[in-house]
Amino acid sequence: MNILSNWLRSYVHGITADDRQLAEDLTLRGIAVEGVHDLGLGNGHLFEMDITTNRVDAMNHYGIAREAATIYNLPLAPLDTALPAAQPAPNPFSVQIAPEAQSLCGRFTARVLRNVTITPSTGQVAGFFALLGSKPISNAVDASNFVLQGMGHPTHAFDLDKIDGGIVVRLAHKGERLKLLDGSERTLEADDLVIADHTKALSIAGVMGGWDSMITAETKNILVEAAWFDPVSIRRSSRRHGLHTDASHRFERGADLNACPVANALVAELILQSGGAPEGELVDVIVPSVAARTANRHPIALSLRQVRRHLGTTLDDQPGQSALTADLVRQVLTALGCTLTEAATNGLQPITSNQQQTTFSVQLPSWRLDLEREIDLVEEVARVYGYNRFANTLPTALPVIAHPLAAAESAVRARLLALGYSEAISSSFASEADGAAFVTTNRNQQSTPHGLIALENPLSDEARLLRPSLAPGMLTMLAHNLNRDVREVRLFEQGTIFTGSAEQVVESPSLSLGLTGDLPPTRLHNAKDAAVFELKSVIESLLSLFAASVDALSTSAASALAFSPDAPAWLQPGRSATALLNGAPIACFGELVANQREARKLRQPVFLAVLDLDALYRLPLRRAAARELSRFQAVERDFSFTFADAVQWRTIAQAIAALAIPELTRLTPVEIFRDAKTASAPAASVAPAGHYALLLRCVFQSTQRTLREDELSEWSTRLIAALSALGGTIRT
Amino acid sequence: MNETIPQLLNYDEPSLDAAFATLADEVRAETFSPRDAEAFRLHWLGRKQGRLKLISDAWLKSAPADARKPLGIRFNQLKQQIEVALAAAVAAPPAASAKAGLDITLPGSVRAPGIPHPLLKTMNEIVAVFHDLGYSTALGPQVESDFYNFEALNFPPNHPARDTQDTLLLAGQQARPSRDRLLMRTHTSPVQIRSMIAQAPPIRIVVPGKVHRNDAADATHSPVFHQVEGLCVDTGITFSDLKGTLDHAMKALFGSSVKTRFFPSFFPFTEPSADVQISCIFCAGAGCRRCKHSGWIELLGCGMVDPTVFSSVTEERRKLNPAADAYNPAKISGFAFGMGVERIAMVQHGISDIGQFYSGDMRFLEQFA
Repeated sequence: MNILSNWLRSYVHGITADDRQLAEDLTLRGIAVEGVHDLGLGNGHLFEMDITTNRVDAMNHYGIAREAATIYNLPLAPLDTALPAAQPAPNPFSVQIAPEAQSLCGRFTARVLRNVTITPSTGQVAGFFALLGSKPISNAVDASNFVLQGMGHPTHAFDLDKIDGGIVVRLAHKGERLKLLDGSERTLEADDLVIADHTKALSIAGVMGGWDSMITAETKNILVEAAWFDPVSIRRSSRRHGLHTDASHRFERGADLNACPVANALVAELILQSGGAPEGELVDVIVPSVAARTANRHPIALSLRQVRRHLGTTLDDQPGQSALTADLVRQVLTALGCTLTEAATNGLQPITSNQQQTTFSVQLPSWRLDLEREIDLVEEVARVYGYNRFANTLPTALPVIAHPLAAAESAVRARLLALGYSEAISSSFASEADGAAFVTTNRNQQSTPHGLIALENPLSDEARLLRPSLAPGMLTMLAHNLNRDVREVRLFEQGTIFTGSAEQVVESPSLSLGLTGDLPPTRLHNAKDAAVFELKSVIESLLSLFAASVDALSTSAASALAFSPDAPAWLQPGRSATALLNGAPIACFGELVANQREARKLRQPVFLAVLDLDALYRLPLRRAAARELSRFQAVERDFSFTFADAVQWRTIAQAIAALAIPELTRLTPVEIFRDAKTASAPAASVAPAGHYALLLRCVFQSTQRTLREDELSEWSTRLIAALSALGGTIRT
Repeated sequence: MNETIPQLLNYDEPSLDAAFATLADEVRAETFSPRDAEAFRLHWLGRKQGRLKLISDAWLKSAPADARKPLGIRFNQLKQQIEVALAAAVAAPPAASAKAGLDITLPGSVRAPGIPHPLLKTMNEIVAVFHDLGYSTALGPQVESDFYNFEALNFPPNHPARDTQDTLLLAGQQARPSRDRLLMRTHTSPVQIRSMIAQAPPIRIVVPGKVHRNDAADATHSPVFHQVEGLCVDTGITFSDLKGTLDHAMKALFGSSVKTRFFPSFFPFTEPSADVQISCIFCAGAGCRRCKHSGWIELLGCGMVDPTVFSSVTEERRKLNPAADAYNPAKISGFAFGMGVERIAMVQHGISDIGQFYSGDMRFLEQFA
């Protein structure tokens, strides 16, 4: 909304502050001026306003002028009108508010103007419109618009000769049709409030006028309407018909019931400047019950004690003397239009010198429907006094209680950052296709539904669902990087996933990892597989924060972390796995399945992991237990074996663990050789086809004594025998 | 190497100091590579033809007896200087020249650690400031009911205040009572209600979290964003306490020279309500591009908890305990505040496009390593 400083000043004389200072002073009192534009010499400034939704009374020049008058403690000019003498009317113009519409139309004023001349606007209206950049239409239409911007109350001018009989304010008949001012043809519902005549609807009340009764160049006689409509009803119709108009904006925020006759007179006065005369007196129909809950509300009590209790200390306070005095309260609220009477707090008690006891009975202004309670008046006092005149004080602090999951979350985050994974945040939404493709079905939540959660009003087709998995979001981020030639990416996201039903949504913490890049081979893995094993070690590392670390020599398979080659369909079979903790799935990882990669046009393989943090966080963080370090020398023994490809490392490790040699403290696969087809020398042929060579390192150590050569040879012999039993051949 | 031996005409202390200063400069000026260290040593310290020997021989020969000691001291100092220079040259790694050595100018090989997300880093910093002020973290769901997100916060159904928060609604809610309808929370404020229902005052909570609105994405809007909310409820909590708390928090976040400014504003769940600006952290209030030449940056909204909110809470608490009265607005008061984390992080780091936070773009993240 735009405001002209000159127009505003026409209502308050004697403001010494210049326009920029005025803008600043208004802003500091919550009447926010967002922009100040110089309109040239003598024209003042145009203020771009941002008025909060509760202050409909300040969405016009007069309302803002009232604020300025309050700030500077100056008088506000009254809105006087001078109409030509009315011609006598044979009968008063007929206005009826239908019984069912009584609560929705609290007041209806109507004035008949005869023999008007429809011409372009001149004078002040034309001048202000030019400065505001508003398009003038005609004196009658502009008058209504001018009054709206001037003092805020919406009005409407009908071509009187198009009205059949008189006005009836009623609910529409379901299916009733009405052509509006914007040329659109609307079908009305039974709870749309309409202004009708004795045969047809003329306008949607408080929203938009009708086409057939609009002012045209041929209009001779006018009916000026200024009425009050119920906010909820106006809002419902406005939204239903998609018509957000200046009038509906104000009515749905609560208009001033007492403004109707004033607005009506102001409009009439402007139209009659070009000729014509009123006929009869103003017709003014008031619904008393609505008046009682709007303009004529009961006074409310305001005690100075409450003002001080809520607002606290000001910079102007003197020792033992608050600057928030009864005089200040009275001055501020009176200037805003309240009527204050000092109420005796207790009939028997004499008025004490302590002003704390002061209680006012406050009659509220009809234009401030946002003021309803004592606290609202406390706010007005603070607002006009100036927020920045309050002191900075601090309440006492309480002990801080750590969030139960904070330590676990922060441990996971710190570990992933240390492992070289950067933190990312992806969209909370997913497409239906991705939802179906990536939903994790192995969740352990039989008791609750775990369907997909759809949005009623999604932002786009790609965002119809709340994400049931972090994987699609991670893929989008990997693709974003690859599409920008960033080819090495390591990302993680700790986020919420959504499953359940429309009645009960389950939000679970989840973790995704994304990895792509040209990884070098390691001594155990070739380059093509390195990424899968990197993800495996990241998952092991994370789990080691919570559960006992994974030990190749552990014999109790069920208690440890295990890896199964089964994985969801979005991962490439044979190049993916599921991590099981205590037999239950907790993570899956591997290479993205080919069809998904193709669908996303990813130029290189990408690797993903998702981990169920909900399950992980059910475990306590592991508390490390130290053991005595042996004082005796450790002995390292390397073994080189050839195995058939079918013999997995786990089998080998278990066979060695089964030997139960307590002094065998560490078992590590050091290197794997496969016969490379491109072997540079025949000597490189280390294993026949279908076999691989494994370099295995064992560390023996006793906590009791130095190991003897004969025990070491015996253990080596047993170990070789055990591995030979698996089909291994020792290489020399 | 036919260098002249400098003449020493006077043996008084100032003349000695000047003469040795000249020699010290000569040593210093003679930069050399490690390869030339031996030549340098021979030049200065050679036992027979070393320059130091030649000069000391020449000067000592003609020195009066009482000047011999000061001369000797100064020769020793000069010798030490030469030895230090030599030691440094030998210890210094060979430059790119040595064939057998490393090319230490090549990049190192450790994989860089991951980068904390700038947004979450900012969010954690804000939360830490409030932890220090005695606020405990509270969290709430992202899918909320209409009751917690709106009704209990004094946004009645069909109220225009709801227009300011375009809401993403969950499908399949039409048949449910309006208060139970599920939606994506549009702010972290529902956690205020949840916390108060669960717990009697005093309350000091800080609520970081993700929120969603039905806003089309552009440079400054995102349908997903983050807020940090705070709530303080106790006896005797005042508007000046709110001011002091936020002034302190902004100074802790942005530096002690930052000033705060409070403006009246409107939120349905606070009364009085305020917007808070801080003096521009880039131009200290002088006016610059980042603060749109105003000298101020708007950062958060806040206010005293509206009594209607306390009433909603009491109503819920009475379903569990009909005598519940801990949130009687005549006895307690409180304040709440909320800030957009994206906006603060964008101001802190000069980020112009909010979408970069959600792109996972390594080039963007690497700037925050």
